[in-house]
Amino acid sequence: MVVNVPKPGKELIEMVSGYKSLFIVACGGCPVGCDSGGKPRIDELTEQLSKNGIEVEGSTEIDFLCNKALVGSKLIYHIEKLKKSQAVLVISCGIGVQATGNMIDIPVIPANDTLSSQGMQGLWPSSERCAGCGTCYLALTGGICPITMCSKSLINGMCGGQHDGKCEVENERDCGWNLIYIRLNELGKLENLKKLPRLRDYRKMDVPDKERTTTRWALEKAEIYSAPVLNSEKEEASNE
Amino acid sequence: MSKLQESLEQGKFTITGEVGPPKGVDLEHCMDKEVSYIKDRVVAINVTDNQSSVMRISSLSICTLLARQGLEPILQITARDRNRLAIQGDILGGYVLGIRNILALTGDHNSAGDHPESKPVFDLDSVSILTAMNSLKNGKDLAGQELEGVPGDIFCGAIVTPGADPIEMQLIKMERKIEEGAQFFQTQAIYDSKVFENFMDKASKYKVPVLCGIVIIKSAGMANYMNNFVPGVQVPDSMITPLKEASKEDRPKKSIELMVEFIKEVKPMCQGLHIMAMGWEKYVPELLDMCDL
Ligand code: SF4
Ligand code: SF4
Repeated sequence: MVVNVPKPGKELIEMVSGYKSLFIVACGGCPVGCDSGGKPRIDELTEQLSKNGIEVEGSTEIDFLCNKALVGSKLIYHIEKLKKSQAVLVISCGIGVQATGNMIDIPVIPANDTLSSQGMQGLWPSSERCAGCGTCYLALTGGICPITMCSKSLINGMCGGQHDGKCEVENERDCGWNLIYIRLNELGKLENLKKLPRLRDYRKMDVPDKERTTTRWALEKAEIYSAPVLNSEKEEASNE
Repeated sequence: MSKLQESLEQGKFTITGEVGPPKGVDLEHCMDKEVSYIKDRVVAINVTDNQSSVMRISSLSICTLLARQGLEPILQITARDRNRLAIQGDILGGYVLGIRNILALTGDHNSAGDHPESKPVFDLDSVSILTAMNSLKNGKDLAGQELEGVPGDIFCGAIVTPGADPIEMQLIKMERKIEEGAQFFQTQAIYDSKVFENFMDKASKYKVPVLCGIVIIKSAGMANYMNNFVPGVQVPDSMITPLKEASKEDRPKKSIELMVEFIKEVKPMCQGLHIMAMGWEKYVPELLDMCDL
């Protein structure tokens, strides 16, 4: 389970301000299990955006946004509405936001913050990685993750080690900040770099107990989990 | 106010040097040789912080020894090895030991050095170390807690790479460093005065002093190494060829001549020089004599 929680309302509004029309893409996987996605969240966000004067051109739920090929094949059906939108608001973990960003040529904005990518679900079918930093920066970085794509997880921009677009750590590895720079340049949004926060808040990476008790974790905690224990074993235990 | 700050504020062409602490506790080479060659010719001396991710004596200790000798140290702090508690502690600790100039760097990745298995910290980076310094200067730590006694006259420095590509990204970061309180810049080594001029055309609008980074090229081999392995550094053929042609005995003389020529070209464009002699400290006085500096 990839644990992701709704972005704080104020932060979200800050990120969408400046856009007049958005399209919403929601993941039908983990966010549904985390109560941070699904139809109710699409409705909630649509209402919130309209209140702030932003038109929602359309929305769709796709089973697993971490599957880039699936995202591409499903978004094709919404081309007309996407063309009318200035950006896409993505309800998913960081991987889903990056995968969606990879498939379109307008900015992506994460509606959620990802806290953890442990466990069975949450595929890494391609190059997108999320480290669950808890403060998803993708709206400002052109949908490319500075935490996982930069070897030093820098949020203040490129370090001095970049050479020919590659990272100082490994000759073949792309410098994440160079990718971010190229992407923002293409989107005409280099000024985003000035809006990034200076400091990271590592507390946000911690998964609070409430979020540990969703779906699979919930199953572990539920009564049902002790069902397979045989009555005879139970008796033995109580006799001891 | 530090001597370095005073010199730059008075508009003097200001020269800084650099030494790297030793690996081990024998200080003879570092203090008696490297430092003694340059100490009368520079306003302040940078002390590197586990340079190239190679473990050495801490920058703070060598800076303290320099300060005790009445010299002016520049404490380099990288973000690689310490988190924000340790870094702020070192800034305050350096202050009470007489250190006023601090230079913020992100630092090379651990994988490049001699402890590649160590944990990369990078809690802060070159920009947010400046945020920390500025916050302390204004009486509060990064968490907003009040300080007892404020190190108000720390002089905050940062680095910039004039030959970086893409240069826009470099300038955006430079601007960010200034917003976070950078009061002077030292540059990465540069050898092409045209490239430096283009950079200064864009950077001079910030009105923050820039000291041009000088690394004396000792041989054609070193030049090739820098071209291949040091990002943002390009030694032009016009420097490599004469070194290749010079005989071994003549090479130091040729090296110095080439650097003198370059320094004369860039001198009118910037506010000073930052000389990283890397073992050639003994040639620094001669180099500066030839530049009338
Ligand atoms: S910025 Fe990167 S690590 Fe942080 S939540 Fe977004 S995708 Fe994940
Ligand atoms: S070279 Fe690029 S990816 Fe590598 S550490 Fe520096 S900024 Fe990050």
